[in-house]
Amino acid sequence: MNICVCIKQVPDTNEIKVDPVTHTLIRKGVPSIVNPFDTYAQEVGVRLKEKAGGRLVVISMGPAQAAGAIKSCLAVGADAGYLISSRKFGGSDTLATSYILSEAIKAVEEKEGLKFDLILCGKQATDGDTAQVGPEIAEHLDMPQVTYALDILEKDGEIQVKREQDAGYDMIAAKLPAVVTVVKLPYEPRYPTLKTRMEAKKKEIPMLTEEDMPSINLAMCGLKGSPTRVKKTYTPVREKNGVKLAGMDAASAAKEVVKQLCDGKLL
Amino acid sequence: MDFRRDALHQDILEMVHDFAVEDVKPLAREIDRTEEFPMANVKKMAEMGFLGIPFPENYGGSQMDFLTYIQTVEELSKYCGTTGNIVFAHTTFCSTPIYQFGAEWQKEKYLTKLCSGEWLGSFALTEPETKSGASGRYQITAVDAGSHWVLDGYKTFVSGADVADVFFVTAMTSQLQGTRGISSFIVEKGFPGLSVGKRENQVGIRAASICELVFRECIVPKENLVGSQGKGFEYAGTVLDEGRICVAAQALGIAEGALEETADYVRARKKFGRSLSQFQKTQFELAQMKTNTEAVKLLVYQAACDRDSRESFSHRAAMAKLAASQNAFDVAYRCQQLYGEPAYRKGHPIERMMRDAEITEIYGGTSEVQMRVIAGWMGIK
Amino acid sequence: MSNLNDYKNIWVFIETECGKAKNVGYELLNVAKPLAQQKGCPLVAVVIGKDIEYVAKDAICYGADSAIIVDAPEYEYYTTDAFTKALVTLVEKYKPETLMIGATNNGRDMGPRVSCRLKTGLTADCTEIGIDEDTGNIAWTRPTFGGNLMATIMCPDNRPQMGTVRPGVFKKGAYDESRTGEIIKETIHTAAEEIRTKLVERVNEVTEAINLEEADVIVAGGRGVGSAENFKLLEELAEAVDGTLGCSRAAVDAGWMPYVHQVGQSGKTVAPRLYFAIGISGAIQHLTGIAGSDTVIAVNKDSDAPIFDVADYGIVGDLNEVVPALTEAIKARKA
Repeated sequence: MNICVCIKQVPDTNEIKVDPVTHTLIRKGVPSIVNPFDTYAQEVGVRLKEKAGGRLVVISMGPAQAAGAIKSCLAVGADAGYLISSRKFGGSDTLATSYILSEAIKAVEEKEGLKFDLILCGKQATDGDTAQVGPEIAEHLDMPQVTYALDILEKDGEIQVKREQDAGYDMIAAKLPAVVTVVKLPYEPRYPTLKTRMEAKKKEIPMLTEEDMPSINLAMCGLKGSPTRVKKTYTPVREKNGVKLAGMDAASAAKEVVKQLCDGKLL
Repeated sequence: MDFRRDALHQDILEMVHDFAVEDVKPLAREIDRTEEFPMANVKKMAEMGFLGIPFPENYGGSQMDFLTYIQTVEELSKYCGTTGNIVFAHTTFCSTPIYQFGAEWQKEKYLTKLCSGEWLGSFALTEPETKSGASGRYQITAVDAGSHWVLDGYKTFVSGADVADVFFVTAMTSQLQGTRGISSFIVEKGFPGLSVGKRENQVGIRAASICELVFRECIVPKENLVGSQGKGFEYAGTVLDEGRICVAAQALGIAEGALEETADYVRARKKFGRSLSQFQKTQFELAQMKTNTEAVKLLVYQAACDRDSRESFSHRAAMAKLAASQNAFDVAYRCQQLYGEPAYRKGHPIERMMRDAEITEIYGGTSEVQMRVIAGWMGIK
Repeated sequence: MSNLNDYKNIWVFIETECGKAKNVGYELLNVAKPLAQQKGCPLVAVVIGKDIEYVAKDAICYGADSAIIVDAPEYEYYTTDAFTKALVTLVEKYKPETLMIGATNNGRDMGPRVSCRLKTGLTADCTEIGIDEDTGNIAWTRPTFGGNLMATIMCPDNRPQMGTVRPGVFKKGAYDESRTGEIIKETIHTAAEEIRTKLVERVNEVTEAINLEEADVIVAGGRGVGSAENFKLLEELAEAVDGTLGCSRAAVDAGWMPYVHQVGQSGKTVAPRLYFAIGISGAIQHLTGIAGSDTVIAVNKDSDAPIFDVADYGIVGDLNEVVPALTEAIKARKA
């Protein structure tokens, strides 16, 4: 089973702070990480590959620094990685991004001399939070898709996906090739070892540009290919002047709050 | 000697750093309080190959140089002295002698499992009656019973005793030959007659699970003797030499950790309308401590490189340990002074680092022992 | 792209499964209603499913002016291929100006598939929707960067303008039985071989579906609760206030609570009348998920916890003492 995992390097949103004066995000000094959902996609991909054989290739669209994210995947089981990068791709929204990635996938298949059976993505990237790129790649490539995967099981070249639903999960069989987006797994992604990390560091990450994708239509890339426009951004203000009881014993504090809730007809 | 590492090593150290900050640091205070051996983190370190750094790949090691290993101990110790201790107690004090002096089957059976971290190893040297170090008479005896050895006696201050699967044990095979009557054995935790005794209530590295080990007619297979009979003293000496560099790295890490913590504090903390860092006294203190620590670092790295190039390194290891451990306590103490009363509270990182620093002046040979080694090397006898 | 002026009307997709509508569709009608009035265009409900004509009627009672339905057995359960085909066919025929879809798992599975096939823009997981005064375009506002930043997005040159909208953020309108409207039945057949995925089995892991989105009162616990056993205290409080049990991501990650209870950016967005946050520090991802709550009551031992910034009532103290005391006090009031 040949697998392509699409990953994105994102700022660690847990580390993002808002400037109290300007109300803008402080991005300086925020570490870059592999989008956490993508690490699940990568892990389940490696497990499938280990079971069924085949090759696992990681691709990522982004600036040159994103090669670091690809290397960290090489250290935990990916066989090869490609960086998709070009100034012509800048300003892409999800529609343009997914189009470029779908063209890149075709180019990588050509370069690697194989066809992918499975394209894996994280459910969404934690910076944009759109969850759209996976399904849109599937649409561009005319493949079936299963989103919100909790696990992927393989048997005799067929896959079944445990898909999250409100009260549990659906077991969904999908024809291959297919796109699956992953939410969470019953296990944690593996750690790199000192050895694999060192080997990964030594590997070359080829960069693909529009030059490497002969059939690409540049009108569908970058700002030109993006139907959506960001009009404005702002940081949400969340402050209430609530009642805060401190230093009281539990029983009195509880009584006071319940009294106020009742007085306000909230209880 | 240039200690700046190439891109590959820097990348490895970055990986250690990330783990230390993300997984080790958040637990340091908690495990100091609960004294609980951080098994989950040890398992992660095993998975990442931290438990067999300097050994060849064919035994499942990471096949890296000794300096990388030492820097790993240093990095972990910046955030948790106990975790640094766990790595070298396992690696240097159990895996190293098996690798250096063990028979091939012993390496295949024990070293592979130690490198992968499937088994944890420990070293049983100190006894109630012996002081620090390997010399002196051992109370614990190993009697040749024909088909097997019978070990009897006590060991104290055994790191990770109640979690270890394998012990490298030193015992007297002959009472008459002095240090030549000492031999080494590999003892598995399941061998009949071996039990873990009371847990030590030591001041620092509280989660290292340091306990007594009790041998009551403990039966050890004949072939579990390591190397030659009567060579145990020599083996222990080699282990201790290497161990001193590890303790030095641990001490270096503790000092760096204390400096990092304090530098953040003095920048944030305001007194008389200025941040503490704006006072010249603070600047001078930190500048001096940083300089001392960097000097110690050079000595520690030099000792590690000597060990790498297999030069005679006993004296350098002793110097590294002497300087690093003294500096660690000095830095922790002076950082506490900069903090004032917040760092006198139990559970404060500086308070913990001070307690952890103390052990570095004691185990692996006290500072006085180091000075004897150094004076001996200088020809001052 | 054909002339933008050919595109008219606002559509709301009413998601159904096994013939039952999800609430979010009705919530969206309530949001879209004033927009349709402002634009002076009809508001159309679109329902795809099996035996769902009554849903179309309900949609009209909830505010739609008319409805379009596709009613066939192959739409009983959601599949990406069948639903995408049906919805794209409808859009191509009727050319709506705006299409809103509930941001449920299925909505977010289908939405990008549809927008991509139509080569138009889709804004994901919106929490605010308005009309841009200058252009008349829909202004879709959504949280991004884990809730740290809000972004307002428009789709100026392509139609329909599409957005998925987060469930639980808006309230349903009143159900007006007297409302009537035209229901157009469209026949769109999707052959079995066109559907490339197959539902093999549906496994319900919880005995009753946890419906946090529609809960009136939620009692939620976080890392501070300390253990799975300690959630008993919260259960007792939940029982006393007739609330639903929720939790933060930390509690799920620690294995104390199943994921279906998770509230926040990566869990459910909730809008209860009362939200009890017990031992939840208030990471921004969590706060984003509870922003629609009317009254927040926080219990935390750390008086600097950010949860207190959004709490109407806060108690600084040990939850092991405070929570039973709350339960006690509420029971005493009831008695």
